[in-house]
Amino acid sequence: MIRVLMPLPVLLPLLGAAVALLVGGRHPRVQRTLSILVLGTVLAVSIALLLLADADGAESLSIGGWPVPLGIVLVVDRLSALMLVVASTVALGVLVFAVGQGAADGDEETPISIFHPTFLVLIAGVANAFLAGDLFNLYVGFEILLTASYVLLTLGGSAPRIRAGITYIVVSLLSSLLFLAAIALVYAATGTVNMAQLAGRLSELPEGTQLLLQSMLLIAFSIKAAVFPLSAWLPDSYPTAPAPVTAVFAGLLTKVGVYAIIRTQTLLFPGGALDTVLMVAALATMLIGILGAVAQTDIRRILSFTLVSHIGYMVFGIALSSAAGLAGAVFYVVHHIAIQTTLFLVAGLIERQGGSTGVDRLGGLAKASPFLAVLFFVPAMNIAGIPPLSGFIGKLGLLEAGIADGGWLPIVVVAAGAVTSLLTLVAISRVWSRAFWRPPAQSPAADTDEAAARDAGPELVAAPLEELASDDGSGSTATRVRRRAAWRRHTAVATASTPAMDGLGDGAESARPLRPLPQVMIGSTTVMVAVTVALTALAGPLYAIAGRAAVDLLDRGPYVNAVIDEEDAP
Amino acid sequence: MTPTVVLPVIIGGLYAAGVYLLLDRSLTRVLLGFLLLGNATNLLLLSAGGPAGLAPILGYAEPEEISDPLPQALILTAIVITFGIAAFLLAIIYRSWRLVRQEVVEIDEEDRRVALRSGTDADEMDPDDLALEDRPAAHADSLGGDAGGDLAVEGTLARRYGGIASDDVDLPPTERRRR
Repeated sequence: MIRVLMPLPVLLPLLGAAVALLVGGRHPRVQRTLSILVLGTVLAVSIALLLLADADGAESLSIGGWPVPLGIVLVVDRLSALMLVVASTVALGVLVFAVGQGAADGDEETPISIFHPTFLVLIAGVANAFLAGDLFNLYVGFEILLTASYVLLTLGGSAPRIRAGITYIVVSLLSSLLFLAAIALVYAATGTVNMAQLAGRLSELPEGTQLLLQSMLLIAFSIKAAVFPLSAWLPDSYPTAPAPVTAVFAGLLTKVGVYAIIRTQTLLFPGGALDTVLMVAALATMLIGILGAVAQTDIRRILSFTLVSHIGYMVFGIALSSAAGLAGAVFYVVHHIAIQTTLFLVAGLIERQGGSTGVDRLGGLAKASPFLAVLFFVPAMNIAGIPPLSGFIGKLGLLEAGIADGGWLPIVVVAAGAVTSLLTLVAISRVWSRAFWRPPAQSPAADTDEAAARDAGPELVAAPLEELASDDGSGSTATRVRRRAAWRRHTAVATASTPAMDGLGDGAESARPLRPLPQVMIGSTTVMVAVTVALTALAGPLYAIAGRAAVDLLDRGPYVNAVIDEEDAP
Repeated sequence: MTPTVVLPVIIGGLYAAGVYLLLDRSLTRVLLGFLLLGNATNLLLLSAGGPAGLAPILGYAEPEEISDPLPQALILTAIVITFGIAAFLLAIIYRSWRLVRQEVVEIDEEDRRVALRSGTDADEMDPDDLALEDRPAAHADSLGGDAGGDLAVEGTLARRYGGIASDDVDLPPTERRRR
């Protein structure tokens, strides 16, 4: 049973992508339905895989019937099944959101017929990376998801997206090449790329060789996971993409890197030779990431920096290499995938509602759209680690594991973790108090239309520029007075009209350039917020699964036996 | 068979040249650097398979004499991936050229804005009292002093790209100000 299901999370999205590409141009409705159906099935399959893997332990499947050291092998254990479930949940939520946004936008700007197939390929790559039983298949999984992500990030090809996309692509290429070189060296040293076999063979190598291979793999994965000092690319490239794309990137892509770090650190290099390095990296990632977030004024950039910062928690859990630490890390990964995706989706809604994601340009959203405020508030408190939400549970587990470790360095990181949590609250509550609570009149944004135009890229800036034709930059007093009067008038209108708006799309008649939010976008975001709350409600069973996964990881036996035993079978 | 020194030397040379090119701001050089690095890695994979032997085809050579086929399969996959991504990079570079008439890694304007911002809380001040750079991006004056210059788009384009019809230029070229 489980062997029939195992290839489906990779195959279904790939086939779906092919069909979606074929029908794309002429039948967008068929394409949408197909993508949602495929991801829904993947979600169901993943849940079944998790239940089966949790009940019966790890299982492997040789593709094409080739025996283990020769063929490609897929392995599912508790960790990979759990990751699959969260990934497909998030992917489904984001896809529905994107469908809502695409339908509302009338598809005039983004070539949406490309979006669905690429998105499905991305999910196939993510699933392949989670299921891969050998290093090279992991590399292929990474390449599938990265190539899809290049296309998604530069969707529409506007100047800011191209600029951000180039940085992202070059950095990703470098990390992929490093990974490939590491695979070559691993193969040269051991004669295999199968992870279960490597688990046995790597420990026979001289310590120096082991350390070299371990650091190369760790650096390659750390770039993908955005661990400081290899994290600078992330806040630069993520914020410019369309909201659903940023959401799925933020949720999934870095966590695939974290998953690869967990897998290699526990399965291939269990000695913990680089634990101190990882611990220091975790410390730096947390603090520097969150200090970056505090300095930003754009919601998406704030969220991107928080994303980097919270990767530090997971790296910390891995660096502890105790069962408690790994369980905390696994639970935190699950929590963080859901929460970060949700927050970026909400940022997308804010952008639609307020016309901008700059907190200096927003104001009065709580009044204008109370439901949106709730949608932002709940995950925002969650990511800041306010009890009793799942962020608090994950952080508490990690901090307890750190204190239980007893060394001085873990204690320092625990303290840094607490500080990071507080600073996250600072960064997030700045967004809350400015974008949501501040009366619109205090917002220094002179013209939301213009702000939106600047966000949208240089093509649209031309119009405001022409309006300012009389202004030579130094600005005569007369133009200034005129413009300030216009600004006051604008904000007065905005204040007066706010009661007419709510989050469910009745704001069409309002004078402020608020676009009504499509029901589908609100609905999918609400479901995602509900999922993050459900993580809190289900924290007990989830943490138990994470705990069992962590014990498996440290034991290594279940994974290795699941693969190697198959060698005897025909 | 004796190990060859040629492969490691070539691999090292390609890596060095690739990294050097990758550090350049020009995107075409970055692409060339990526191709060199990709080839270096492929050679590394090839040399990971041990000393060279006969082609790994059953019936053509005895299993003892053939070279390891697995790295060759890996290289083939890697070449296909490198090829696809190189094509995509070329498309991106072309797009970047069409958009801004420049094929260099560009500056992240928002990042510069955050870096230049003064430490005080921008909310509490009148935007008009601030220096140009410190104003919130939405404020009209923050569009900068060269707004008037950019207006004469046709004129600028005609001056800079004499041979190119202005229809063919998507946007006015980005002005790179030196501070």
